[in-house]
Amino acid sequence: MNIPKKLLYTKEHEWIKVNGDKGHVGITDYAQHHLGDIVFVELPELDEEVAAGESMGVVESVKAVATLFSPVSGQVMEVNEELEEAPELLNEDPYGNWIAIIELSDQGDLEGLMSADEYKSYCETLE
Amino acid sequence: MSKLIFEKGVKGSNSFRLPSAGLPQPDINHTLPPIFLRHKDTDLPQLSEVEAVRHFTELSKLAYGVDNGFYPLGSCTMKYSPKINEWAARLPGLAALHPYQVPETIQGALQIYYEMQEFLAEITGMDGFTLQPAAGAHGEMVGVMIIKAYHLYQGDRERTKMMVPDSAHGTNPATANMIGFDVIEVKSNQRGLVDLDDLKSKMNKEVAGLMLTNPNTLGLFEEEIQDIAAVVHEAGGLLYYDGANLNGVIGVARPGDMGFDVIHVNLHKTFSTPHGGGGPGAGPVGVKEHLLPFLPKPLVVKEGELYNFDYDRPLSIGKARNFYGNFGVILKAYAYIKALGGEGLKDACQNAVLNANYMRHQLRDDYNIPLDRLCKHEFIINSKKQADPHGISTMDIAKRLIDYGYHPPTVYFPLIISEAMMIEPTETESKERLDDFIAAMKIIAKEAKEAPELLLDAPHNAVIRRVDEVKAARKPVVKWEAP
Repeated sequence: MNIPKKLLYTKEHEWIKVNGDKGHVGITDYAQHHLGDIVFVELPELDEEVAAGESMGVVESVKAVATLFSPVSGQVMEVNEELEEAPELLNEDPYGNWIAIIELSDQGDLEGLMSADEYKSYCETLE
Repeated sequence: MSKLIFEKGVKGSNSFRLPSAGLPQPDINHTLPPIFLRHKDTDLPQLSEVEAVRHFTELSKLAYGVDNGFYPLGSCTMKYSPKINEWAARLPGLAALHPYQVPETIQGALQIYYEMQEFLAEITGMDGFTLQPAAGAHGEMVGVMIIKAYHLYQGDRERTKMMVPDSAHGTNPATANMIGFDVIEVKSNQRGLVDLDDLKSKMNKEVAGLMLTNPNTLGLFEEEIQDIAAVVHEAGGLLYYDGANLNGVIGVARPGDMGFDVIHVNLHKTFSTPHGGGGPGAGPVGVKEHLLPFLPKPLVVKEGELYNFDYDRPLSIGKARNFYGNFGVILKAYAYIKALGGEGLKDACQNAVLNANYMRHQLRDDYNIPLDRLCKHEFIINSKKQADPHGISTMDIAKRLIDYGYHPPTVYFPLIISEAMMIEPTETESKERLDDFIAAMKIIAKEAKEAPELLLDAPHNAVIRRVDEVKAARKPVVKWEAP
């Protein structure tokens, strides 16, 4: 399973790539694999205020509907509209296709997230 | 696959000629505004009577219901719908009633309606029932509205959240959301039950209540239900019972005694009325005494020897349904309760539980059972033993079951068990039927090892082979268009 080193992870299987006060957010390889073929993505709304750990969208596959939780609190700066037409991109390259860019309101939120190694151990406990 | 009726039509083959109405024909151009006038032919298919009959007879042969065979669709309780229920609902004295008749002329119907309110209250341990909701999810909505009305009446406006376990039916969070609550998910523990510590940590003054299914969607009884009820009640919340799995405890344990404040029951599950097929369901809602004032109106009450509608209910959340609910469905469930009686309902429950546990024992050598202990009316297996080396998934096993003539069980639910297959035999089935199904499952397990392509390409014998579900979801073709 692919878990890039430089990202941070949540227990709900989202990743965030932080650059200053901006964070690109997506779902992990584990998430896309377990969901199966993704057929629909409900993106967060532009400029929406999101809170760490709370719902900001939906990812739907042929097997299940999964809530997308925001890893951090902040404001949605950009959403990846390409996913509305081509949700399969999340299956093909989950780390190359971010879902939203969030402007972090509190860098402290990052302390609650897992490193790649921690996330790997966490996933192993789920099997 | 057979052609659509539109593709079968041949111009001029419709041999019907309607007689003249014998009335003057109005000029359509003067009776309807121009924008509503059609200028093109309707293009309805033209078929002779016999071809139309053959078309629909052919379609009817493609349907599969419990009258065709075993239908172990977990959580849906596809028990047999006894034909005597249909007889009862078709009695002319009931079927020919008009909903605007005055109470004096429909005393028999009102008596049944009243007794049904009382029966359901007795069976579930609640203090009062509305029979209005038209289905389970509608019942949930009414129940959660009652919870909201109760808190607001107490002057408590802070309760904006509803708790739902991670094993819940999707309708629970959807309902809570619909009524304006934010949903908080409660985790399950290693035993597949509500994690009491997680519940405690999340319960506070902002939480309106907890929606719980018991037995839960894993078919397991929430053994700590009294502690769960105490945690919710001590913090001022209410406990909602999703009656989807009432079949697993009916006649043996009562939600009202477990501490639930509100409950909905699915008459089309536990009480044997038909499922769907475009027809109606029914989801009556029961409450404890402190919530009685909020029930939808009218209720049917008994005043002396007469039955009447009680509209004088100022705190009621209002009407939940036109007229009085799906009365035909209520009649069928009433007939079922009367036919079985208290002991019969208990027997039905115990046989449903026995059947599930028998099958679980018989399948455990061939399939992985994530929570392999005494269950109620249903249990969950998965494809872990079949996954290697040929990559067999639960979907492949389900599709192969179609080749053996079975409706596959529920798959990929509940979400907390990976590759779940949820089997609910119900009390309907004889041991011989169960053994036939078990034998098919054992053959499929063998095929998974020795001839995996039989599963991977299944179904082989169905009218439609494996459907491309991904394409169907991503690029659905939802209507026929004339070429």
